[in-house]
Amino acid sequence: MELDVNLIDWSRAQFAMTAIYHWLFVPLTLGLSVIMAIMETVYYKTGNEFWKRTAKFWMKIFGINFAIGVATGIILEFEFGTNWSNYSWFVGDIFGAPLAIEGILAFFMEATFVAVMFFGWNKVGKKFHLASTWLTGIGAAISAWWILVANSWMQYPVGMEFNPETVRNEMTDFFAVAFSPVAVTKFFHAVISSWIVGSVFVIAVASWYLLRKGESHRKFALSSIKVAGTVGLAASLITLFTGDKSAYHVAQYQPMKLAAIEGLYEGGESVGLVGVGVLNPDKAWYDDGEEDFLFDFKIPYGLSLLATRDANGFVPGIKELIEGGYTLPDGGMALSAEEKMVRGRAAVEAMAGYREVSRALKTADADSSDTAALETRLQEYDTILDNNMPYFGYGYIDDPKELLPNVPLNFYAFRIMVVLGSYFILFFIVLVFLAFKDRYRQKWLQWVAVISLPLAYFCSQAGWIVAEAGRQPWAIQDLMPVNVAVSNLSASSVQVTFFLFLALFTILLIAEIGIMVKAIRKGPELEQNK
Amino acid sequence: MEGLVGRIWRFYADGFRNMTWGRQLWLVILIKLFIMFAILKVFFFPDFLRGKTDDEKSDFVSAELVKRVPSENQ
Repeated sequence: MELDVNLIDWSRAQFAMTAIYHWLFVPLTLGLSVIMAIMETVYYKTGNEFWKRTAKFWMKIFGINFAIGVATGIILEFEFGTNWSNYSWFVGDIFGAPLAIEGILAFFMEATFVAVMFFGWNKVGKKFHLASTWLTGIGAAISAWWILVANSWMQYPVGMEFNPETVRNEMTDFFAVAFSPVAVTKFFHAVISSWIVGSVFVIAVASWYLLRKGESHRKFALSSIKVAGTVGLAASLITLFTGDKSAYHVAQYQPMKLAAIEGLYEGGESVGLVGVGVLNPDKAWYDDGEEDFLFDFKIPYGLSLLATRDANGFVPGIKELIEGGYTLPDGGMALSAEEKMVRGRAAVEAMAGYREVSRALKTADADSSDTAALETRLQEYDTILDNNMPYFGYGYIDDPKELLPNVPLNFYAFRIMVVLGSYFILFFIVLVFLAFKDRYRQKWLQWVAVISLPLAYFCSQAGWIVAEAGRQPWAIQDLMPVNVAVSNLSASSVQVTFFLFLALFTILLIAEIGIMVKAIRKGPELEQNK
Repeated sequence: MEGLVGRIWRFYADGFRNMTWGRQLWLVILIKLFIMFAILKVFFFPDFLRGKTDDEKSDFVSAELVKRVPSENQ
């Protein structure tokens, strides 16, 4: 059955747009929660009212972002049920359980501790209030954990068994799902890189105060920059480490994503990492005779080191991943795409056969000789399915070219993320040094700090584009491509909801920016204002 | 126990009553949640498999999974 390509594209566009808008709110919540908690800790330790006022100002900004962003992620869950119903059913409880835990935890932890944080000044003890502020941040991070567990399972499906009777994947090992190496790394990478966004936000706003309000806000601005800069610098360095770990996991579990990120049409040993490069727009496939790049500068051995932890390690390119025949790290021989497609079709046919025989068995006379034959056939289908299930999704691939994600999108998004991530390390080093030395007076640098705010969001979004666009064509790596995951709706109805969401989220974003700008213009409650 | 519940109730009630800038935010939250749950979810995002039993859902998805194999592969 041929699905309307428009339906798949619009469904993906709708999901991407919702996720991108949602991710405008989340990193600031995660980042600010740490910064304001540190500020309140300083107040708790020193008793200095200045730090209480400083923490309260950033809590107000946190509150605006939290209130407007809260529940925007639920729309993604609506979309799973409506637009991705095959996927939703197929993933079973593996996806539902983490999301349910997230929903319950988020509601109880955040509803309780956010309320104490905002309403509890002068009503609860200082220690209890401080604990609530920290628990607000910890609650947000734990919520993120479960969402990222669900997402990681889509990248690296583990801890489950496919049940052909129900056509669902059933969780067999909760800990394998909740603590898969991909989930753990993704959690630290996504959450700690969000601290960078929060830190840049605080520094940008504080720098704006220095530019616009001058000396009256200097103490507040510099103190905020010292805290945010320190958090940001630590977060940047940790993100460098988690990013490296993340790339290593991509190499192990999603080698085609890595090949797309690097524009690596042909692999080999001792492969360099493209530091800077311009892809050849005419290059479409590995054997089309076109040059891979118009221009590129490679860091020698970089990619081999990143992907295999060995400077001379073998990294498969698109050619090897399609043609197979190279030795895998476990010593086995890599299958070609065609071989995987054959095994995928065998798995799908076995699932259909299993269900047919299972139905026949339910109506067969228990004592008849047919029953024994049916049971044997059922067992055969089960064995075929077990042997070929890792390639189930390849049964839906019509042409090996479908297995290649969008190379330019992944290549450039990855470089935007890495270049900006590196820039922020330098940014925080300079800002922290100048702030602690009380020498942050250069107006041009303060403007650079203000302008850096959108760059932090670009960096964060680029990371998600690599994670999600790099997984294509899969909704679940190797098990289900997006054209099977999608519900058979009319493309026009998906278009309508796309534009509805676009309007709703744009209004929310305008409301957020409007309320936030008003709060920032009003400024913190400084001693001289009282 | 009643004392504790009463104190929690008063804590929240006082908090909401004494809110200044937060009122505008609550309005945004309530309008947003109304649009999401009372309009979008009801009219635009019904569960695609709604009204089916689990067995019917398995049959439906299984049929979809078989149908979507590219024709030359079948």
